[in-house]
Amino acid sequence: MKTIYLDNNATTQMAPEVIEIMQESYALYGNASSMHSLGRESMVAIEAARSSVARMIGADGAEIIFTSGGSESDNTVLMLARDMIDEGSKRHRIVTSTIEHPAIIETCQYLEKKGYHIDYVNVDASGRIDSDSFAQLMGDDVLLVSIMAGNNETGTIQDIQKLTQIAHAAGALMHTDAVQAIGKMETDVRQWGVDYLSLSGHKFYGPKGVGALYVRKGAPFKAFVKGGHQEDGNRAGTYNTAAIVGMGRAADLVFETSVQERQNLWYLREKLRTGLQAAIPNVVVNGHPTLCLPGTLNVSFAGAEGESILLMLDFEGIAVSTGSACATGSLEPSYVLLAGGLDVELAHGSIRFSLGRYNTESDIDYVLEKMPTIIRRLREISTR
Amino acid sequence: MNTNSPVWVYTDTVKEHFMNPQNVWEDDNYEPDGEGLVGSMACGDQMKVGIKVKEDKIIDLKWQTYGCASAIASTSVMSVMVIGMTLEEAYTLTPVMITEKLGGLPKHKFHCSVLGDKALRAAIDNYLENQGRDNPYRKLVAKIICECKNVTDQQIEDLVKTKKATTLEELREITEYGTVCGKCQFRVQRLFDEYKHIYNV
Repeated sequence: MKTIYLDNNATTQMAPEVIEIMQESYALYGNASSMHSLGRESMVAIEAARSSVARMIGADGAEIIFTSGGSESDNTVLMLARDMIDEGSKRHRIVTSTIEHPAIIETCQYLEKKGYHIDYVNVDASGRIDSDSFAQLMGDDVLLVSIMAGNNETGTIQDIQKLTQIAHAAGALMHTDAVQAIGKMETDVRQWGVDYLSLSGHKFYGPKGVGALYVRKGAPFKAFVKGGHQEDGNRAGTYNTAAIVGMGRAADLVFETSVQERQNLWYLREKLRTGLQAAIPNVVVNGHPTLCLPGTLNVSFAGAEGESILLMLDFEGIAVSTGSACATGSLEPSYVLLAGGLDVELAHGSIRFSLGRYNTESDIDYVLEKMPTIIRRLREISTR
Repeated sequence: MNTNSPVWVYTDTVKEHFMNPQNVWEDDNYEPDGEGLVGSMACGDQMKVGIKVKEDKIIDLKWQTYGCASAIASTSVMSVMVIGMTLEEAYTLTPVMITEKLGGLPKHKFHCSVLGDKALRAAIDNYLENQGRDNPYRKLVAKIICECKNVTDQQIEDLVKTKKATTLEELREITEYGTVCGKCQFRVQRLFDEYKHIYNV
């Protein structure tokens, strides 16, 4: 059976170019921190990757710290803020949003339990942060702001440049979780003006288990993972050479092709959206109609539950994800969808299609062929 | 977690009933002798069961389910098990019997099968009510939860269903559960939440 992978916001398949360069770099077994030639060879490869990652986001190589991925990068920034507060910073408040990735939101809740002061800005029905309500949360006691660039579930994009200006005007540091944004929208740290930015290799056709944190030159920083001199003492741990090199190659591909790729993704996404709306009654599109990551389409089907839709699609070889509670084991569906005020029942019936580099028009045709029957069948079974 | 198929999260039996559900209530003109509805779409699962009864035997059962694969499969397998049963047998059917027939469910999905047997009981309750008959089966399935004050799960269920107890404090005032040794508190709380979910209150 053919596989149509439409879950690219969960993870992407590695680019063949990435696999190729990683296979070569597995031979670079020298510890990149060693002084001998074998070690230096590894370090040269790592530094090349650092330049590639930096170039992709408009940064300097010296501003890139390699990490194990987005979650570590996010945790690093929040724990940095905690340390600064503990060490007597006059600013002691952290502001974030209600739709952040769990790596931010759950870590903030953890800090809250320990007595730290966190404020959460809400979003409107399209998933956008209103800059006025955001500005109202600012003040001279805010140390750090963390707002994601593009949402993993709805795809809704925030105006990071504007939010950064507001945060900076209040004297706060600005972090953005750009894990979903990389390759899918213009991501330029200078243009945005952010102090910190998290990214993850496997979301842009690189390997899993590797990511980076951008730290603006001059921004405060302290190691989160301690105990080694790697990354100038900013992140301990023996270098995962092959993974870093793979992410570097993936970053080059983003730099070279992403503008064109984005146009294609949006074309396919819109084809899918209009096709679903034409063929199926009672389809609700979640998120912002245009300010959206180009490959993400989040839709709700009234009267059909998300996990059932997901599994029926799975039998047809189509991989998607859902915001239904049933799929997570809790009784609550997606907090991101609920934060935007979506009806609970519709949140249970939500499906996220996330398209990627390797999807084709015929993939979309196939989904459009299968989807109406699946929804009709589930609605027939359903208590109406 | 019990899985026959390593690639799929559920057993093959669940898959079979999910893909080919049995006894679905598709005919809008179906007229059951008793009908029960539990859960809510807002909670993520809702089940409706209609039964036809002859000489205290269930001769037909139709159902509808809004919910995940295990909710659909557990109602389907329940329908197959129940047709031909006496009312007493059907009433004493337990969630464990349903999940066993399915070859097991992932732990967090057990809830779905609880809804199946609740919908069935609601249909039998409704049937007996329509007949103007007493319900001799309810006491068969009651379980004592608070031993000190002799509070059963059915009492708790009734109080939640009729909205006489909307908070744990009200429940305690009425039943005095947990006021002696206090050992039952956690179980009561869990049941209370479960019934609130099932009856959407």
